Amino acid sequence: MLSHLRTMWLVFIHLFKKKATIEYPEEKVELHPRYRGRIVLTKDPDGGERCVGCYLCAVACPVDCIALQATEDENGRRYPDFFRINFSRCIFCGYCEDACPTYAIQLIPDFEMAEYNRQNLVFEKEDLLIDSEGKYPGYNFYRVAGLEAGVKKKGEGVNEEPPVDVHSLLP
Amino acid sequence: MSTIFIDNKQYTVKEGKNLLEACLTLGIDLPYFCWHPALGSVGACRQCAVKVFKDENDTRGRLVMSCMENIRDGLHLSVADKTAKAFRSQVIEWLMTNHPHDCPVCDEGGSCHLQDMTVMTGHDYRRYHFKKRTYKNQYLGPFIHHEMNRCIQCYRCVRYYHDYAGGKDLNVFAAHNHVYFGREKDGILESPFSGNLAEVCPTGVFTDKTLREHYTRKWDLTTAPSVCTHCSVGCNTIAGERYGQLRCITNRYNSQVNGYFLCDRGRFGYEFVNSANRITQPLIRSRSIEAVDEAVLMDHLRILMSTHTLIGIGSPRASVESNTALMQLVGKENFYQGINDTLGFIEKRIVEVMRSGAVQTASLQDVQQADAILVLGEDIWNTAPVMALAVRQGVMKTAAQHVLENRALPSWHDAAVRELVQQEKGFLANCTISSSPLDEISTCSVHLAPDNLARLGFAIANRLNTPVPAVLLDRDVQDQAAVIAAALQQAKRPVIISGAGCYNEALIRAAFDIAAALNTHEREVKLAYVMPESNSMGLAIMNAAGFENAVLRATRENNIAAIVLENDLYRHVPAPIADVFFNSCQHCIVFDTLNNATTQKADVLIPAATFAEGDGTLVNYEGRAQRFYQVYVPANKYIQESWKWLLKLQAVKTGNTNEQVYHPEDVLTMCQQLMPQFAGIAASAPHHDFRINGQSMPREPHRYSGRTAMLANLAVSEPKPKQDGDSPFSFTMEGYTGKPPSPLIPFFWSPGWNSIQSVNKYQQEVGGALRNENAGAALFAYKRNGAPVYFKDIPEPFIVRNEKWLLLPQWHVFGSEELSAYAKGVSELSPQPYIAMSASDADQLGVVDGSLLSIKVFEQTYELPVKTNGTIPNGVVLMPAGLTGMPVMNWNSWIQVVSIKL
Repeated sequence: MLSHLRTMWLVFIHLFKKKATIEYPEEKVELHPRYRGRIVLTKDPDGGERCVGCYLCAVACPVDCIALQATEDENGRRYPDFFRINFSRCIFCGYCEDACPTYAIQLIPDFEMAEYNRQNLVFEKEDLLIDSEGKYPGYNFYRVAGLEAGVKKKGEGVNEEPPVDVHSLLP
Repeated sequence: MSTIFIDNKQYTVKEGKNLLEACLTLGIDLPYFCWHPALGSVGACRQCAVKVFKDENDTRGRLVMSCMENIRDGLHLSVADKTAKAFRSQVIEWLMTNHPHDCPVCDEGGSCHLQDMTVMTGHDYRRYHFKKRTYKNQYLGPFIHHEMNRCIQCYRCVRYYHDYAGGKDLNVFAAHNHVYFGREKDGILESPFSGNLAEVCPTGVFTDKTLREHYTRKWDLTTAPSVCTHCSVGCNTIAGERYGQLRCITNRYNSQVNGYFLCDRGRFGYEFVNSANRITQPLIRSRSIEAVDEAVLMDHLRILMSTHTLIGIGSPRASVESNTALMQLVGKENFYQGINDTLGFIEKRIVEVMRSGAVQTASLQDVQQADAILVLGEDIWNTAPVMALAVRQGVMKTAAQHVLENRALPSWHDAAVRELVQQEKGFLANCTISSSPLDEISTCSVHLAPDNLARLGFAIANRLNTPVPAVLLDRDVQDQAAVIAAALQQAKRPVIISGAGCYNEALIRAAFDIAAALNTHEREVKLAYVMPESNSMGLAIMNAAGFENAVLRATRENNIAAIVLENDLYRHVPAPIADVFFNSCQHCIVFDTLNNATTQKADVLIPAATFAEGDGTLVNYEGRAQRFYQVYVPANKYIQESWKWLLKLQAVKTGNTNEQVYHPEDVLTMCQQLMPQFAGIAASAPHHDFRINGQSMPREPHRYSGRTAMLANLAVSEPKPKQDGDSPFSFTMEGYTGKPPSPLIPFFWSPGWNSIQSVNKYQQEVGGALRNENAGAALFAYKRNGAPVYFKDIPEPFIVRNEKWLLLPQWHVFGSEELSAYAKGVSELSPQPYIAMSASDADQLGVVDGSLLSIKVFEQTYELPVKTNGTIPNGVVLMPAGLTGMPVMNWNSWIQVVSIKL
């Protein structure tokens, strides 16, 4: 009996609580910056594609819904020739973002990507690439990676010594 | 056997090995860099430290490098010791201080020994935040990419390239922590074994440049065990595919054949599979719409086959299955070898000699173990490169064994052994037409015309107490013969190598006489004949009639339809003869992979699968039948193995409509029934329904990625994986997760060992045979007590003719082989046509290097630049053989000079 009364009381006081539901879609959900939603490919501060086609996202993906092919430009800079995510398989686990060594692939706070036709959930590079650095501004992989790929010369990167003079025997 | 204690656990290990080898053999993971099973130990990287104790009561112990410590009976050591572990982890941390953070763009990533070893030592977080050393890279040619920043100074590259393979243009420069591994200046690596640097380098300094064009990580490749199709050695390879394209070839270890290394032609020649020149559609020429589908094709062929007499032209590069299926279709009496009759005759002699069983055939392993080697006539550097590498090892090992006699120095102690050996070499006699890099390591190198080489061979045989009559030779050649005969007689395990490369049959006989004479109870002599193409031996064993008989038949009978199997006849017989053949055949059905001069003549053209798209068996120079497995199912359904097409034709011909399915072993059984000389070939590989615990072997590693996305652009629903009814493999990552038996290893991988170094885990003992190694079926049986029948007819000496020259082929690693020439890098390195002659002949003609010489061959005139070469005998000219676009020459014929342009 007491428990019934207690329950009724609790329900009653909820009348005066703030509403948890919202009038979606008229009213938008407020999402946190680290919300794991739609996947995008970002660009580095110089406007170049961040993705270097290392395949780590693809291999980390538990549902194997990422496929890509790496290729190289004339400077030796790697980029994906194609980059495809099958969102009809994606479980938004964020492992790809964790695996990405260049901050290229990022999950953003957007989940509004429902489609009537499943085929439309297959996103190509053109659909994924955004003109932004996303959550990690300022990072350019090729400035810290040592090798020369048209971004900087050997020895001009972050924490790099000038190239070794092979003819020198000095200590 | 010795008993040692590792972490207080007792093990029995083989003596003469070092502790690192013992640990790895026992399955204990111990990191290492500078040690390599084929290169030995130098103790440079300090990575394999273990603690060794004085006795069981010693608790303190001392750190030693396990690769530098011999096994002693009762030795106590600890791998798991705290100090040893800390030492190993610190060493790797030091190595990593200068290693760049570029794994994402490094081609080695995912199959990197450095990554594996770093994880193994537990160094998972970098504490070094200071500046990193950088280097400028070099251009090293079309095969190898250089990224010097990644170097960890293990010296493996120079030890392999310089010491093992004998290359001179890669070395170490500068000093202390600035050492630089590269060439003196940018340029193409000279050694035809440079591709192995990509596997030898524990990190990504040297990587495969052709893979870079279509880069795929090891874990994303669909792979299958394959056999190299670019020469008669039959090296075992792993071929990898992604997105319907062949991506790379890596070495598949096999203790009997290629061991750890491949040549660049085998490693980088694969690109022909992806060539734009591939035949993709069945064609019936002289129709308004030539491209037809299978039903129309079969209807057309049904009528054609019922109204014509079929003859079949076999191929030295098609599998045994395909040749057998063709023979079955046309009938044994209508099957002809699609090669030059002179060559056919030589190959027939080789098969006859090998089948006699009087002498054992030499595997590459035998060549490596040989203590005296005679190369008679064959330019193995260019026709069988990996055999030349094996010869080099034989020479080096003999020298090492010699200095190690009565010394307590173990043979794995590479640097010390080299110091002792200095310039000493084991015995190698390189008797060829002209010089090759093997001359540098040969005790005596003789360069003569082929007939004189054969005479030299008979002279050697004569000195070995055989009934071979004495041969009159020049004084200096006579001396050489005496030296060679004496050295061979002293040897315990001599190897004689000859081959079909200079189109001289007497050489085959001479080599056999020498080998047979040496074959006594105290000596194990082995004999090898290099063949021109990957399945030349298989075709030769079929013992079919020569091509000229086919031409005769086609000209005499007027109702002939010829089926040409994967064979560009214009590469084998002179164009006029081939033209006569094609003109006299009523119809010509051609199966091939790439468009060539022969496919232009086809009335019906049918696309055939390459080694990567189909199953088949190749017989290598030693009569070893080895199976190659389909790597992937091509998207184009018309690309099928020739034998499958031919069996379909067989069904169409006989009106059999029950669509019987044949597997490779069914065709091989058919082969055995048709030709008893192939007995045993059906057992050369496991049956197609071989399973382990009911599971097939996966072609893909368990980390294979992108399954639900790679075809999603076509249709979002994933298609059913392709089924393979012809082999124990599946086209997925599902299946048996253990280590498959040796002929079925699609990739080398073991937990914690992602790089090719994981082959350790597949071996019985490190550097030895694979577990349950099955290296194919041997078709030539050795009859121990068979009395050899010596050949006694000795050719006349070669006489220099006035104003006439004997035309002979000069083979080239790059360019002389048909299929690899379609690979971009190989074609870049293949030579331009030239004519080479001795300096004194050039003087006599008044020509110098680069002068243009016009010569007449087969009524056709060729204008070629002259190259003079001091080692070519007078009266002989050499022309590069097999170059794309160069018609086949009449080798061993006399040519005349038409005109000279200086």
